[in-house]
Amino acid sequence: MPIAEGFSLDLTTIWAFLIAFAVLVYVILDGFDLGLGMLFAVERRKGDRDVIMNSVAPVWDGNETWLVLGGGGLLAAFPLAYALILPALYAPIIAMLLALIFRGVAFEFRWRSERRRWAWDAAFIGGSAVASLSQGIALGALLQGIEVDKAARAYSGGWWDWATPFSLTVGIGVMVGYMLLGATWLVAKTSGELQERMRVRAWPLGIVTLVFIAAVSLWTPFLQDGYYARWFAGWHILLAIGVGGAVAIIAALMFRSLMVHRHEYRPFVLALALFTLCFVGLGVSMFPYIVPTEVTIYEAAAPARSQIFLLVGASVLLPTILAYTAYAYWVFRGKIDPEKGYH
Amino acid sequence: MLGSFDAVLLARIQFAFTVSFHFLFPAFTIGLASYLAVLNGLWLWTREHKYLDLFRYWVKIFALAFAMGVVSGIVMSYQFGTNWSVFSDKAGPVIGGPMAYEVLSAFFLEAGFLGIMLFGRDKVGEKLHMAACAAVAFGTFFSAFWILSVNSWMHTPAGFSIDASTGQFMPEDFWQIVFNPSFPYRLMHTVTAAYLTTAFIIGGVGAYHLLRHRRRNEEASPATRTMFSMAMWMAAIVAPVQIFLGDLHGINTLEHQPAKIMAMEGHYESHPDGAPLYLFGIPNEKTQTLDYAVGIPKLSSLILKHDLNAPLAGLDTVPDADQPPVFIVFWSFRIMVALGFAMLGIGMWSLLARWRGRLYEAPWLHRAALAMGPSGLIAVLAGWVTTEVGRQPFTVYGLLRTVDSAAPLAAPAVGASLVAFIVIYFSVFGAGTYYIMRLMAREPKMQEARLKDSIDGPTRTAGIASAPHEDAPGADTTKKED
Repeated sequence: MPIAEGFSLDLTTIWAFLIAFAVLVYVILDGFDLGLGMLFAVERRKGDRDVIMNSVAPVWDGNETWLVLGGGGLLAAFPLAYALILPALYAPIIAMLLALIFRGVAFEFRWRSERRRWAWDAAFIGGSAVASLSQGIALGALLQGIEVDKAARAYSGGWWDWATPFSLTVGIGVMVGYMLLGATWLVAKTSGELQERMRVRAWPLGIVTLVFIAAVSLWTPFLQDGYYARWFAGWHILLAIGVGGAVAIIAALMFRSLMVHRHEYRPFVLALALFTLCFVGLGVSMFPYIVPTEVTIYEAAAPARSQIFLLVGASVLLPTILAYTAYAYWVFRGKIDPEKGYH
Repeated sequence: MLGSFDAVLLARIQFAFTVSFHFLFPAFTIGLASYLAVLNGLWLWTREHKYLDLFRYWVKIFALAFAMGVVSGIVMSYQFGTNWSVFSDKAGPVIGGPMAYEVLSAFFLEAGFLGIMLFGRDKVGEKLHMAACAAVAFGTFFSAFWILSVNSWMHTPAGFSIDASTGQFMPEDFWQIVFNPSFPYRLMHTVTAAYLTTAFIIGGVGAYHLLRHRRRNEEASPATRTMFSMAMWMAAIVAPVQIFLGDLHGINTLEHQPAKIMAMEGHYESHPDGAPLYLFGIPNEKTQTLDYAVGIPKLSSLILKHDLNAPLAGLDTVPDADQPPVFIVFWSFRIMVALGFAMLGIGMWSLLARWRGRLYEAPWLHRAALAMGPSGLIAVLAGWVTTEVGRQPFTVYGLLRTVDSAAPLAAPAVGASLVAFIVIYFSVFGAGTYYIMRLMAREPKMQEARLKDSIDGPTRTAGIASAPHEDAPGADTTKKED
């Protein structure tokens, strides 16, 4: 199964890329702020927690919107995939939605009550952890494949099919990876002791993330024959070596940047690059399937008219959104000053 | 079969529960976003401090309500897939586009500029800050535009064909899909309802503080007076407009969804020469009659057809399997209309008080306005129940039945998630409502503190700071947690 086979830049492929892009942006943006939520668990001082939360409070809402775009875009461009995947991943998705409720309101509620702040801090930690775990489990469950009754256009598996050692491994891996993103984000956004602690925390988080990347990468090809052929048959072995090498190089650069050069922003950028690379690897495994290895993007695609209707607007609105999102990050750039506040 | 029916019923309850809870927040924040933009504009224009005070007072409440709207909205966007996957597969090619446009044109706009609106006044300058406030207000409007387009399409589908092999709705003309026959009426009626909802909440808070000041023989702050006055202007102007729009919407519904109107009016039997307007009655689905009916002869025909003797068909012309549940629709409609007229009454009363120069010294008006504070929220929910239950037993009116729309889920899965939603919504959003009420219970101050100024812990930089302490005064808890 060569990668280039059947590949052409048609409308459906463009939409597959756009949705993958939305999901990637979600993963790297909400990924780091979910990671911050989990870091609350080890950063117990109130002042530090305030700083951590404030580093993302003006932008978290925009970060989370990419999740809605991923879901909404999937419904618009690949309605069949939406209808197959969501019931198959019912439990992890419901768990994620409920967790995001706790996490989202914690941004506002924890400032409203001194007495009950501990409860909203716990909601922030627990919500972030469960949301991250659920996302990883959902990814793992999708990768390992879901049962589909193609004639009935419906999910035909059981309600616990998603719960496997593989999906749980991916789930924990995503939690650790998000915490790495969060820690490197805080290296960029804070100073003093907190920044120093984050540098130290980023080390083990980075190493454990790499272990999980390696484990999932080696495990995936054995889940389904298609994956194996794609990575290890013939010349494809070079691709596997190339991607693996790139991960190793980026990781090495990240650790050096973190501890040897003591850069501030670069570790975060490199951690993002690491995530992006994993995401590309995932895409290589799956393409052109959207429900591996049952339904391709072409089988799930909405009619061309639907895809064009949305593409017209998306081609104008997406660049605009990226521009004003970048502007919002620019407005709230710089270190969080715990003494003074920054607005 | 019984099992699958149970799962559908549970999924319906879950959808009704989550969407009802969700819509309370946008119903409030659509109006509040516009109100904040207006307040900010008035402050920039007049430099009267009361407007800035009001902005700072209400923006804290907005931030809380908005956050709850966001998180409960994310649930909605995924529930189509988790619980109504067959509907998603079939209607996705038609409604997916407008729904995704809501994300692209509305959610991102709101989310992108919310941070600047809340915390950016000093960072970006007044003009850009004003632009951010306007962007958030427009975002809420665009969101209503797209989601109501989708909802209206499900009531009055247009511009599509049906693919025989997959059973999917295929788009033929997106212009017709977006601007389907009931959309303009539904959009106007809903957005106006949101403005009224906000006006009555703001008016209720204003009235509460005027009453409190009166009891203490104190002068109310200019901000408090302005808040009450603006809300009452809104009620006086918009309530009659809303009743007019509601009438138009009803006539449109009669044209496209007659069974819904029959249920709303309690017309089991046909009326060949003029239908009465039933004020009261107990719909009896078994006997297909309206028991204990009290009606005004011919008035229903006059309202719906503008002709006393116009014939109106009843539910006896609709097959049993296609009839909506009459009891719910009949009564939810009456609750909505009664509240609408009560709002009109408050609006007129306020005009009278204003004309006599006693707008701020009319305790009975203030008591009535306070009691009516949540009326918009209740009316909005009753209105949604009327239109959504009245559309049953279809998800896409006349074409796709609710029982044929649900995901192939097992009842225990849906039941478990339903319980989780109920427990978590009541506790989390209950806490949020409590915090909002606490903020409302304190009056807007002269020189209202900014977001960051009024908490004595470490400075709140980016989140919303400045709630006052909600707990016992003087309790210094900041050190405890170190």
